[in-house]
Amino acid sequence: MTPTDLSPKETQAPINQMESEEAQRYYSATQFQLIWWRFRKHRLAQVGAIILITMAVIGLFAEFFGPYTGTTRVSDAVLVRPQAPQFCNDDGCTLRPFIPGVISERNPETLRMETKIDPSVRRDIYFFVEGEEYKLLGKFKTNIHFFGLKEGSIHLFGTDSLGRDIFSRVLLATRTSLSIGIFGVVIAFVLALVIGGVAGYFGGGLDYAIQRLTEIVRVIPVIPLYMGLAAAFPKEWSSTQVYFAMTLVLALVGWPTLARRIRGKLLSLRGEDYVIAANLAGAGPSRIIGRHLLPAFMSYIIVDLVISFPFMLLSETALSFVGLGLRPPTVSWGVLLQDAQTVRAIEQAPWLFIPAIFVVVAVLSFTVLGDGLRDAADPYQVSG
Amino acid sequence: MANTKEITKDNLLEVRNLKISFKTDEGIITAVDGIDFSVKHGQTLGIVGESGSGKSVSTWSIMRLLPKNSIIDKGSSIQFHRKSGKVVEMTKLKANSRELRKIRGGEVALIFQEPMSSFSPVYTIGNQIVEAVLQHRDVSKEEAEEIAVDMLDRVGISNPRQRFRQYPFELSGGMRQRAMIAVALSMNPSLLIADEPTTSLDVTIQAQILELMNELQEELGMSIIFITHNLGVIAQVADEIEVMYLGKILERGKTKEIIQQPQHPYTQALLEAIPRLDRLGERLTAISGDIPSPLSRPVGCPFYTRCEKVMPGICDIEMPKPTQLSETHTVYCFLHEEKDV
Amino acid sequence: MVKFLFQRTIGMAITMFFVSIMVFVIMELPPGDYAERWAFRKFSGTGAQITEADLDNIRANFGLDRPAPERYFKWISGIVLHGDFGEAFAFQTSVNNVIGQKIWLTLAILFSTLIVTYLVAIPVGIYAAIRRGSAEDYALTVFSYLGFALPNFLLALVLLYVSITVFDSSVGGLFSPEYADAPWSIAKAKDLLGHLIIPAIILAWSATAFQLQTVRATMLDELNNLSVTAARARGVPEWKLLLKYPARLAINPVVSTMSFDANRIFSELPIVALVLGLPELGELLLKSYLDLDMFVAGAILLILTFMIVFMNFLSDIFLAILDPRVKLIEG
Ligand SMILES: Nc1ncnc2c1ncn2[C@@H]1O[C@H](COP(=O)(O)OP(=O)(O)O)[C@@H](O)[C@H]1O
Ligand SMILES: [Mg+2]
Repeated sequence: MTPTDLSPKETQAPINQMESEEAQRYYSATQFQLIWWRFRKHRLAQVGAIILITMAVIGLFAEFFGPYTGTTRVSDAVLVRPQAPQFCNDDGCTLRPFIPGVISERNPETLRMETKIDPSVRRDIYFFVEGEEYKLLGKFKTNIHFFGLKEGSIHLFGTDSLGRDIFSRVLLATRTSLSIGIFGVVIAFVLALVIGGVAGYFGGGLDYAIQRLTEIVRVIPVIPLYMGLAAAFPKEWSSTQVYFAMTLVLALVGWPTLARRIRGKLLSLRGEDYVIAANLAGAGPSRIIGRHLLPAFMSYIIVDLVISFPFMLLSETALSFVGLGLRPPTVSWGVLLQDAQTVRAIEQAPWLFIPAIFVVVAVLSFTVLGDGLRDAADPYQVSG
Repeated sequence: MANTKEITKDNLLEVRNLKISFKTDEGIITAVDGIDFSVKHGQTLGIVGESGSGKSVSTWSIMRLLPKNSIIDKGSSIQFHRKSGKVVEMTKLKANSRELRKIRGGEVALIFQEPMSSFSPVYTIGNQIVEAVLQHRDVSKEEAEEIAVDMLDRVGISNPRQRFRQYPFELSGGMRQRAMIAVALSMNPSLLIADEPTTSLDVTIQAQILELMNELQEELGMSIIFITHNLGVIAQVADEIEVMYLGKILERGKTKEIIQQPQHPYTQALLEAIPRLDRLGERLTAISGDIPSPLSRPVGCPFYTRCEKVMPGICDIEMPKPTQLSETHTVYCFLHEEKDV
Repeated sequence: MVKFLFQRTIGMAITMFFVSIMVFVIMELPPGDYAERWAFRKFSGTGAQITEADLDNIRANFGLDRPAPERYFKWISGIVLHGDFGEAFAFQTSVNNVIGQKIWLTLAILFSTLIVTYLVAIPVGIYAAIRRGSAEDYALTVFSYLGFALPNFLLALVLLYVSITVFDSSVGGLFSPEYADAPWSIAKAKDLLGHLIIPAIILAWSATAFQLQTVRATMLDELNNLSVTAARARGVPEWKLLLKYPARLAINPVVSTMSFDANRIFSELPIVALVLGLPELGELLLKSYLDLDMFVAGAILLILTFMIVFMNFLSDIFLAILDPRVKLIEG
């Protein structure tokens, strides 16, 4: 190239760039605005989002919100019924909530310990009370709990057959189950990007082989496949090891679907990209990818990730439920539900089933949220 | 208004003050805005206009085929002479009523632009003709099959017995349109609405289909409403022509009058834009400017935004009144209204 | 058609070949070795001392001392050539003996579940599409959401709980006690049918939710099809029209996803079977995973997957019969 060729371009470049940058900012901004605006119309999806955020916060600070640690046994309070806080009793009403006292005695016939409510005793509920010591977020040592009693014990969801507080355990399980879902989805996503990217980059035979492989994996029924992988965890593994192995297993089976969708979306976006590139003369490819392709792609990816959550949650619950997933002392929704595996158990203590409600609500929330996001980010409306 | 008037004897169909809107997410769209037209016994009415001008909507409404979100205005009137001699007000018929079903197909038949999608892909051609015949004629299944094969033969399909057993995707485009015509005519209608029947076909096939329609009309004596966006095509088949734009009629007259002495600037533009023979199947794009969105239709003459002879302060205020140029030739344009005044 | 069948059969064989390799890998995954587990089962409680030499003997007996590829070929050729799935150590008998009858029970469960699914999903999905936006349509959408969110095994527990506390009877099991070990008879078959309904409904729960939405969506697409307007313009009565044109096509995606349904059902089967106490392959699979009885587990995984692949084969054939366009593409 000769200098005469270059000079006009050089003088033009900054102008073009400015224009294109502005245009890009405009496009990506309006795109997110559009998505946000459409999402705001989705009431149900917002409810889902709020529920999930609440669950995440409660799970993150489970030890604070729960009055006991997950392993504390209140030995004389085996299979206590759920206790609802109340404001009134025969003596009248107070602003401070309380629960009636509980007495436990041995049933002379069955010789089982049974609990009875003693309305004459009133146990006030206090907030920010001192209780068992724990490490907040695994770091800060404290003994302040959100609520609790000064005397006796409180079990909003009752206790299990070992006398452990189900409410506290459900909060801990919420953390485990959600986090395993998050790790599972993230690892699956990374695998999908790497393997999908490699396949896409080398193309041809490798791409074909990977696609065939994933097709065959998809033929085998999923849960039995998971179980086969989970059955191979050595018995002597610690619960932490099992936890990470579980996320890996979930991700291993989950990535092909994601990879296929990412691949498809990338291909279709690349097609659109030529048009954009032509319009935004002067902007380099990295700029286009960073400023335009990625935002469009990100919204799509986020939707996809949200949609794959329920699958991870349900799989974890199913595996732990039958004893092939997480193991005690780790608590997850599935592990808690192990106690409710037989009808006899539920018949005796229906509150053991409470964790199931959390599973259903979480999955429902992810589903409506995913639907709402997908509608909001509808690629046709965005690009068209 | 005119809709209290009883239909004249020569007319098979008389449409007065037809106004149709659609309820959509973006608001109410008025697709057809107070138009009149009529079809004489045994004659062909051509309706011409660019796509989106409301040709399909106004003719489908005759058979009450519009989707649920459509509203036919209360002041509209569609009067139809039944074979029995009875006159029915089509807008008053109950949806799904027996009478409406008798008229659909049996007295008014419809053929579409896309012969592929107007057949169901999972039934044979024969199955769909026989269904139509059995619906409207009092014949046995075997007789219906004979009628169907006979009809396929009459519309110029070779090997009709074999075609009878074939699926729509096994026929070529021209063959499918012939089959579509066979379905329509096997029900013996007195009015055939042909909604751009040749648009998706190539030139030679197009000419064959037009010729076939002319022949069949002579033979069977039915009336036809022929819709197209191509004035060149319509000149070959129509007795009278209505020029439509954005839901309004802009000019009407005998075919000769419209083709030889077009008075409205829109008609003139359409005539200039007639595709040459080698580009006959293409979409009409030659008129400059975009068709306004039906959501923001212009006030006044709908064409003023693209009209070369636009008169600001006149055309964009109100719709011009009809100007009678001859007994049969009417134009809606201020250029002519002025001459009269 | 013959060519079509031939192609599909070859495709099925290739898929099953790769599946068998994958299943074999899963069988090999658990730590420790088969001989030890086998010996432990056989001699535990007998007080017999097992020496390293005994173990080597067992290994040689089962060919465990051979390299993996060789063992794979021995395993797979035993299955393909002799229908022999190997030895189940937890039961101290052949895998074939353990699995035997359960294959038929599993098939009975699969088909009754599919029947329930389609009997509900197809008409209801069509109805929802026709009444789009109505209260019923909305209620069905809510049901579909629940179908995704409430796992079948939890539904099973809920139903069991309700049946015991409210009706004081159990809905579990596949046979009444008096028939459990009785030889096959008409009465026993009737008893089985009666017991199949509850598991079928429970297993159909999520499959129905999915298929209902599929049918509804296809039906909505088809309702907008020009061929429907064309038929209406011919004066065909509305109900006849809906059934003959859009509803007919709304079945196609259901037929083409039959194997996905089978996959979903088998995926949920082990846990539901555990809860309901159904003596079929899924429950046995779960047990053998817990016992690490990998020959049994591998055999079941292979059989279940084969059933899915075969369903896929069947759905290809059905689709070719239902939709004339398919044949043209396949040539
Ligand atoms: N189902 C519908 N919903 C909303 N608007 C419609 C619908 N069908 C037609 N329209 C409107 O009616 C106008 C005329 O359409 P149409 O009669 O199909 O035009 P033409 O047949 O002349 O090409 C279109 O511009 C469109 O805006
Ligand atoms: Mg049209």
